[in-house]
This record gives sequence, C-alpha cells and structure tokens, in this order.
Amino acid sequence: MKITLNGEVHDIAEQSTLEHLLAANGFADKRVAVEINRQIIPRSVYREREIKAGDRIEIVHAIGGG
Amino acid sequence: MTQIADDTLVIAGRHYRSRLLTGTGKFKDLEETRLATEAAAAEIVTVAIRRTNIGQDPAQPNLLDVLPPDRYTILPNTAGCYTADDAVRTLQLARELLDGHKLVKLEVLGDPRTLFPDVVQTLAAAERLVADGFEVMVYTSDDPLLARRLEQIGCVAIMPLAAPIGSGLGIQNRYNLLEIVENAKVPVLVDAGVGTASDAAIAMELGCDGVLMNTAIAGARDPLLMAHAMKLAIQAGRAAFRAGRIPRKRYASASSPIDGTIG
Repeated sequence: MKITLNGEVHDIAEQSTLEHLLAANGFADKRVAVEINRQIIPRSVYREREIKAGDRIEIVHAIGGG
Repeated sequence: MTQIADDTLVIAGRHYRSRLLTGTGKFKDLEETRLATEAAAAEIVTVAIRRTNIGQDPAQPNLLDVLPPDRYTILPNTAGCYTADDAVRTLQLARELLDGHKLVKLEVLGDPRTLFPDVVQTLAAAERLVADGFEVMVYTSDDPLLARRLEQIGCVAIMPLAAPIGSGLGIQNRYNLLEIVENAKVPVLVDAGVGTASDAAIAMELGCDGVLMNTAIAGARDPLLMAHAMKLAIQAGRAAFRAGRIPRKRYASASSPIDGTIG
C-alpha cells in the first residue's frame, strides 16, 4: 500500500504498524517524533498504531539550528 | 563587593549560571558544535525540528547524542516557520520528541530577505502555546510595546533582535532595547544580530539578561575561540552592568589628586 512519508510516496507492506515502519527505516531506538495525518502519535502507542493506505506520515528529529 | 557568583539567570523558575545561549546550526560538524558549546559554557542550546532523512544511515550520530538533554537545556525553535499554525505544530512535535519538555523558542518569520519576525503571527502563536502549557521564549522585533504585549500573554522571556538574523550588524537600537529591559519583569535576551564580542558586551551593559547567538560563533574563522570570546564578553558586560558605570561628561575629570603637585 502507498503512504506519504516525509513528503514522498512510499510503498509498504499491508498491516504494518508504526513500530514496524520506524524499525524498517532505522529509527527503532532513535529520538524522533511522529505525526500521522497531522495528529501527533505518542511513543507509547507506536506498537499498536496501524498504518493505513494513504496515511501522511511525518517523522522528525532535532538538528542544528539557531 | 557584590558577589560575582551570586548572579544566576532565572527562566521559568530554573536557574542558569551562563547568560550565553547558543544555537547549534552552521557548524562544520557535530564535533565542532560540541566543542563550541563547551567553549561558550552555554547551558541552553537551541535546536531545529526537521524531517528525518528516510533511507539515511541509521548509525549516523545525532545532535542530541553530542548535546544530551540531561546535560543541556534543549530549546527547540520554530526557525523556518512563517505562520502561527506551522510554529505551533512544530513545537508540539518538539514536545513529544523531548518527552514533554515545555521550554521553547518561538519565532515566526515574515520575510525571507530580512528574516524579520511577523509580529501578528507571533502574537497569535504565543497565545496558543501559552494556553497549551508551553513556556515560551519569544523572538521579536525591538518594539517595546510588542515586548510588553508578549509578556502580558505569558511569555517567560522576551528576545528582541539586535539586528537581522545572521547579519552581524550588532546592536542597532540600544534605546529601544533599554526601554524593553527597563519595563520587563521577565528576562530579556538579545536574540540575533550580534557580530562580535563587543556587541554582546553592549547588550549586557544595557541590562539584558542574556544573549542568544549562533552565526557569530559558527561563522567566525575560529568558532571555538569566538565562543570563548563571547563567554568573556557576556561575563564582562554583565559585571559592568551590575557595577554601575560612571556618567558620561563632556569634560575631563583628573584621576590624580591636584593637591601637592611640585613647583
């Protein structure tokens, strides 16, 4: 199924959870924050949160800035 | 003598020894960021919130690995946001990223050439963030009435620009800054426009509670030495402010006694 991840379309397996998606992209133990369809997803629910086709997902982190 | 050590910066009820806050952008690499932050003796450091690079090497070091939140007060900013909506959204993500951390730097820009703040959007965002429980340090123009309004909204620190972000032009309107400092009951920190150590010292001599800078350090030929210089300038300017300078006079006033001269 297709999702939009950080502004780009990606094809991922059906029945993926947010935890799967993060692990597949190397963010399993990283300090990131996630928004799905403009709603912030608390870290505590990554495991059960299912990804649906068409979801717009943002994964952000802290970088250098002034 | 007034005790030198007995002078902490208090923001939102927390005490800081350092009055120099530093940005973490524009450094050569994370190691230089870390070393410059140490040389500046900064305790509060700003970070930007951005999309991760999908497909990047997961083993790449992260900014928060070299500036760990248990050692530094991480101040997420809203750099690059041009609307109140984007700024609020960014800081809500930052709060989740930093485990509920409430202290933030709000900046809503109005124009890419000057990077001047859009004060209408800034006021709107500040109101929403304060209502949502954030402790808002706010970047603003050097307008005393606006500073007062932001304080009334509940911002925990007012951060007027000295000059445009990254310009290095120094303190352009010291009388406006003085007016803001004299009227504020929350800390006033110069944010943006500092070019060199004397600029930082002037801000502190005017009575500002601190200075936040990034480009002046990161863009110097030797960033670590400039970080050191800025630390000293902030300390010197602060001490001079507390010591109370002599009034300016048009004519000389001899330093040596006039009585007992020979001849």
